[in-house]
Amino acid sequence: MSEKIKEEVKKLLIDKKIKGFLGLRETNGHVMPHLFTNPEELEFISIGDWKRSGKARYPLNQILIQLTMAYPEDTFAVLVRGCDERGLIELFKWKQLEEDKIIPIGIGCPDELAKACECEKPFPDCQIDGPKAEKVEGKRVHQIEAMGLEERLKFWLNEFNRCIKCFGCRNICPMCFCNECSLEEELLVEKGDIPPDNPTFHLVRAMHMVGRCIDCGLCEEACPGEIPLRTLYKKITEIVEKEFGYKTGYNLEEKSPLNIIEVK
Amino acid sequence: MEFKTILTTCPYCGCGCGLLLEVLNGRVIGTLPSKTSPVNEGKLCVKGWTVHEFIHNPNRLTKPLIKKGGELKETSWDEALDFSVKKLIEIKERYGSDSIGVLTSAKCTNEENYLLQKFTRAVLGTNNVDHCARL
Repeated sequence: MSEKIKEEVKKLLIDKKIKGFLGLRETNGHVMPHLFTNPEELEFISIGDWKRSGKARYPLNQILIQLTMAYPEDTFAVLVRGCDERGLIELFKWKQLEEDKIIPIGIGCPDELAKACECEKPFPDCQIDGPKAEKVEGKRVHQIEAMGLEERLKFWLNEFNRCIKCFGCRNICPMCFCNECSLEEELLVEKGDIPPDNPTFHLVRAMHMVGRCIDCGLCEEACPGEIPLRTLYKKITEIVEKEFGYKTGYNLEEKSPLNIIEVK
Repeated sequence: MEFKTILTTCPYCGCGCGLLLEVLNGRVIGTLPSKTSPVNEGKLCVKGWTVHEFIHNPNRLTKPLIKKGGELKETSWDEALDFSVKKLIEIKERYGSDSIGVLTSAKCTNEENYLLQKFTRAVLGTNNVDHCARL
């Protein structure tokens, strides 16, 4: 499935249009992020499929931020799915990446993955390879909303109770780029307790996902407590869209909801 | 310029979670959980997530130390090992094997721990062997 990507990247590397292509590489059955700088390495390219499609995805945009900080003058290409492209749009807005220094190489997700993610747009606009799956209507948020208020609160407290405060949700998040993190601020979240302040810890993080969460689902995959974080942030994204008419990661020109001042 | 990720095993506890060290031009700049590791399946605890932080720490010991004149001084591995061997033989001869105890570590590999218990039992001649997880 990655033939067109290989061709495109090879051309960019040979023409010296990019310093490197940040993608995934498969070595000894393991999929891992890698910066391809030599066209010969491209035979080891992977699209993150392992056991299931897209099972071995990594926060490439997060690594990209680190690379561009070390090499601010250079241009990089990066492998993007629909969610990663939404991430790029927000990261451009938040000045974490420069639009003219990044060349996104798009791959579409198969139906299987789109369904597993309940993805609203399982393909990037810059798609050059892979299938083009249909948008999937979300069910998981509605399932939880079907509960009564009291039952819902009990459900979430019970879920958050399994948190071991590994910070995995924050660490793997390609949209978490703050130098100082509220989750480590003692005035907000008391130190020394496991599980951390329930539900404060998770609600603080959820609030900070406003206008940022692009629904990649890496947080939920990284959670040792298997807390349904993605469902929580899907709800946040839904509120942002409904109340502010803002679709996170869809339009570079659109103002972030945190920059809209409007008296209703 | 070179950026790659290196698959390795978390050095902290005995679980052996697979993790990826993000390496930029020979310096470790971050850690990611390995999604393809059957042990942790893309998850890590807070210690695993911060594994890269101690690697380039200037406070890290890089040479063995021997106390001379009440002060710890850097020395060569040859001198440190010779000194340890001499002292262990002396102690064993004077006070007996059971006067020696050995602590191994959950941060070592199974093979290293095996070797150390073998050394303790077969060479030092004592069953006084334990590991840091019970400290």
